[in-house]
Amino acid sequence: MADENPAPPPAPPGDGGKPPAPAPAPPKPAAPAAAKPAAPPKPKGPVATDASAHPVVARLKEALPDAVLSAKEFVGQVTVEVPAARIVDVCRHLKEREAFTYLVDLTAVDWKERQPRFDVVYWLHSFEKNNERIRLRTGVADAEACPSVSGVWLAANWMEREVFDLFGIVFSGHPDLRRILTWAGFQGHPLRKDFPVEGIDTGAAIYPDRYPDGGGPSPDDSNRKVVS
Amino acid sequence: MSDERPGTVAQVSEAGPPMLGLREMELNFGPQHPSTHGVLRLVLKVDGERIVSARPDIGYLHRGTEKLFETETYPMVVPHTDRLDYVAAATNNHAYCLAVEKILGLELPKKAQYIRVLLDELQRISSHVLWLATAAIDLGAITPFFYTFRDREVILDLFEDYCGARLTLNCMKIGGVPDDLPPGWVERVRAFAEPLVARFDEYEDLLTENRIWKQRTIGIGILTAEQCIEWGVTGPPLRGAGVKWDIRRAIPYECYPELDFEIPTYPNADTYDRYLVRMAELRQSRRIVLQCCDWLLKNPDGEIRAKAPRVIKPVAGDVYAAVEAPKGELGFYLVSNGGNKPYRLRVRPPSFINLQALPEMAKGHLVSDLVAIIGTIDIVLGEVDR
Repeated sequence: MADENPAPPPAPPGDGGKPPAPAPAPPKPAAPAAAKPAAPPKPKGPVATDASAHPVVARLKEALPDAVLSAKEFVGQVTVEVPAARIVDVCRHLKEREAFTYLVDLTAVDWKERQPRFDVVYWLHSFEKNNERIRLRTGVADAEACPSVSGVWLAANWMEREVFDLFGIVFSGHPDLRRILTWAGFQGHPLRKDFPVEGIDTGAAIYPDRYPDGGGPSPDDSNRKVVS
Repeated sequence: MSDERPGTVAQVSEAGPPMLGLREMELNFGPQHPSTHGVLRLVLKVDGERIVSARPDIGYLHRGTEKLFETETYPMVVPHTDRLDYVAAATNNHAYCLAVEKILGLELPKKAQYIRVLLDELQRISSHVLWLATAAIDLGAITPFFYTFRDREVILDLFEDYCGARLTLNCMKIGGVPDDLPPGWVERVRAFAEPLVARFDEYEDLLTENRIWKQRTIGIGILTAEQCIEWGVTGPPLRGAGVKWDIRRAIPYECYPELDFEIPTYPNADTYDRYLVRMAELRQSRRIVLQCCDWLLKNPDGEIRAKAPRVIKPVAGDVYAAVEAPKGELGFYLVSNGGNKPYRLRVRPPSFINLQALPEMAKGHLVSDLVAIIGTIDIVLGEVDR
């Protein structure tokens, strides 16, 4: 968690302003040299730029110096990378000092092979600051708890329950962390990349005597099968 | 957790201190209940007729839409978005397309923008009149149902003539709209929208000063502006609490800055004011529809699609785009890893987030008022459960 440098395969969004590799690579121009006379590598789309000078980010850095790992601007949206341990402090600061009173959205992204595996993403809105919005992102490893912000915004309650249900990220300090879209007793977390799209045989209908109503085989149970 | 198995119709809770010398009773409201607008289950704790606490239990309609998004290429995602809020498919299409266009950096031709806004506003009218019909029928007023469906039918016919579908429209494409308008369509929309204001007056005659309607809605389900913001509630509930905030004006998209319309607000934050907000929004939507029709009649020629790449492969990055859906802020958070499918596509569903405030609104009211409160949030379970 301390080391937050995401290097492995699926490049996380907006990490260092580089667009994906397939831009004209330097070794190639040997053969069709005449066709493209040293065209500057034109980015295929918008490029992320550094946003540490953004006033909100600068003030956040001043108030909580160790809480800002990086700040990027991509298509006009500012994303601040925050260590998971400081997320509640950062949210409190932004809500109370910077008037980001409205938590628009809270969700997660699974980067299966990366360490830490998950990104938890917060999207905040300020009514007072001319509808300014800012995104926070924090890396959370598998089986690691992320501090809950449901004490900062009440709205985070169900959003965190949903992330817990679909990704299996535990939010420490959440008042009522239960599954919300799948049922109590469901095994697995559907939005993880290693969960099959076809779904799993929960076994509830086939082995009613072995598994409690609404439950199903645990991940290491030999009766658990992928449906397709 | 084992105490909340579905199927227990009513049970007396042994736990908890008795109130007024009586025991609190736990009562299941739904999932199969005519006024829950779908499969919503509420576990109520009641003291006599009064609600001590209400706990929503959702997920009956969960179809794993966000998982499915990850398996489809970008253009193939659009029809899936129809099935979120299935009574307002146009705005769902719109929000998704906006997110992809934002990351691609596409600028839409003016005509496509006007067609999109026209479809959005027709959809808003149809969604709001459907809300009016069902919310009124929940409270025993059956007449508005027949009146409003008359208008909704015309709108659905117009949609059918434009894109072939009545509910799951699939009426927007990344970079524009799929088809040009059929000949004579704009004139028909105009002929429908022009006298619509008389219809709205008719609905208001039925309800606005209706004694029963007022008694059932005034002071019911109060959610103040501070509470709305704290719970993330947007859309008519927020404007019914006096906050003049609408994505169409706050974070403008498409041609909304060029259009002349107002954001109606009412101060009392109760069910009645939310009703008034929706009625006023109907009138504003009609104004926007007329302006779009006039523009399209004046500018019949023009591109309807931007130059979108044949294979859509956005650069790696993440982007969020939102529209003002009839229910509130509908947003799509798109994470791309440079491939031709979304790596992760999250829906910010207004129904789901507005529903979260229901226990707050229901506390202390009678069980019969709960029906009014569920109606006033205007949820669609397809969007709540996704």
